[in-house]
Amino acid sequence: MKKLFILLLPVFALIGLIVFNACKNPDRTNTTDAANAGLTLPAGFSAVAVADNLGQARHLVVTPQGDIYVHLANSKKGRSILVLHLDGDKTTLKTSFADYGGTGIAIKNGYLYASSNSDVYRYKLNDKNEVINPGQPERIVTGLINRRMHEPKAIALDNDGNIYVNIGAYSNICSDFDPNKTGCPILDSAAGIWQFRADKPNQHYSDGIRYAGGLRNVVGLDWNQQDNQLFVMQHGRDMLHDLFPKYYTIKQSADLPAECMFALKKGDNAGWPYVYYDWIKHKNMLGPEYGGDGVKAADPKFLNPVAAYPGHFAPDGLLFYTGNQFPEKYKNGAFIAFHGSWNRAPEPQDGYCVVFQPFKNGKPDGQWEKFADGFAGTAEQKASGRAVHRPCGLAQGPDGSLYVTDDNKGTIYKITYSK
Amino acid sequence: MKLRKGPLLLLLTLFIATGIYAQVKQVKKTVHYPGSAAAMARGKIVYTNICLACHMADGGGVQNMNPPLISTSYVSGNKPALIKIVLNGFKDDVEINGQKYSNNMLPHSDLSDQQVADVLTYVRKSFGNKASAVTAFEVKKVRALIKN
Ligand code: HEC
Repeated sequence: MKKLFILLLPVFALIGLIVFNACKNPDRTNTTDAANAGLTLPAGFSAVAVADNLGQARHLVVTPQGDIYVHLANSKKGRSILVLHLDGDKTTLKTSFADYGGTGIAIKNGYLYASSNSDVYRYKLNDKNEVINPGQPERIVTGLINRRMHEPKAIALDNDGNIYVNIGAYSNICSDFDPNKTGCPILDSAAGIWQFRADKPNQHYSDGIRYAGGLRNVVGLDWNQQDNQLFVMQHGRDMLHDLFPKYYTIKQSADLPAECMFALKKGDNAGWPYVYYDWIKHKNMLGPEYGGDGVKAADPKFLNPVAAYPGHFAPDGLLFYTGNQFPEKYKNGAFIAFHGSWNRAPEPQDGYCVVFQPFKNGKPDGQWEKFADGFAGTAEQKASGRAVHRPCGLAQGPDGSLYVTDDNKGTIYKITYSK
Repeated sequence: MKLRKGPLLLLLTLFIATGIYAQVKQVKKTVHYPGSAAAMARGKIVYTNICLACHMADGGGVQNMNPPLISTSYVSGNKPALIKIVLNGFKDDVEINGQKYSNNMLPHSDLSDQQVADVLTYVRKSFGNKASAVTAFEVKKVRALIKN
């Protein structure tokens, strides 16, 4: 018996070693993950979670004094805007207000602007960028269409006293409203960006301008200070294969159409629902609902994107980086928060990352790159779409740090760079 | 030599016999499966081609967008109302198991009565659901009501 045991000793040792290593490995990856709040980043960058479990944290802004205003999609106990104060890598809840859930939030010329899914409000700020009267906002815009689908009213402001509001299409591709293909009737009051005055109370549709149309849904948008121009990220259409299996394979339907970045001018028409952009062919295509077949090009009168990204990634945040903390190549380039896909099934889901798009002289220049990844969790959680965290809003801090919200678990990440 | 072959042969016959028994039991089990296996198989094909894109392979749906088809009052409840959701589509502002969903479900009235019956039978008996089957006749009745 003893002899047998001695003989088997090396075998036991081997088994022990294997088991030990197997247990050790995941541990090790966990610690590196925890070091960057679970994110993978380019060399020199690091991330921390400065807040957690906030709820559906959508867009955010950070003041020079280190206050974070974050808008929740659904108000919690009648409060949807949280004010967190930053102290290094930690935050404390300072106050909360606003009884309407929503996405949009921005600061401009001494006011905090915030949107519900139908209205836009503003609050006067004191010299420390604190809201003076949280209970009495001034309603700037009211009565915008809110029909469940693509309901968030994302906002951006220019330097001439205007506010730009997204009004998303309450339809995938308008086929439910345009069965005879005579022209999509909902474009007059949705599927575009509307311009209103930033200081005039109670504006309705008739007081605003349909600034640009044919945009299915925009959540990420930002004013580019170099170009003095509005840039928007469109969520492209769904279901090419489901609706037109003879023209599109399951794989094509997962990759197409592109999620597009547009540089807008007044009067532009990006073509929804008549066209979509194919990022593999680099071409605006005629939509299959209106005579397209996956090969026919679109009428050139429709606006082309300035950059394009893989299908269904769902861009929910856009930010032009103007800070000095990050290396030179990031200056005036664009960060895009991709919320992640659902309409790639049965192909694996994808997205759930923050992308960097290099810019030169105010135009996209070169290939986009994944900047922050790992929000979804494990490979399985990502592929199945059961992502743990989903990037949504982006903001730049006073020291040039980048802030990213997650509207699933309610985490706020702070990303910094040091040489 | 002969003595040794005996038990081996016995073992072999026992092995084969139990194998066949297990097979028979398996067949019996499939017959016993709730609802007709053929309807389930056909329903799965319809589900995969049409519903999976939004409700996902596991019926779990997509957060905030498309609701799950697991233990909802719609799936397991009143059959005419459920049939109507497939034929007419669904975009009501309702909470489904305490959550709201923002996507729109379009009508699937181009499916045949049998296809609607099969896919709903499949949904009502998959993803942990244990409700009764839906027949083509039941779908036909609802379709006639909607048309009128
Ligand atoms: C375009 C995406 C889409 C497709 C395709 C789709 N659904 Fe739905 N479905 C939805 C959405 C979104 C809702 C909820 C709408 C609402 O809240 O008003 C829903 C609701 C339902 C409901 C009721 C709510 C629940 O969760 O129990 C059932 C049942 C249902 N769908 C079954 C199906 C079946 C069966 C198919 C295939 C024949 C199908 N759906 C195809 C998106 C879809």
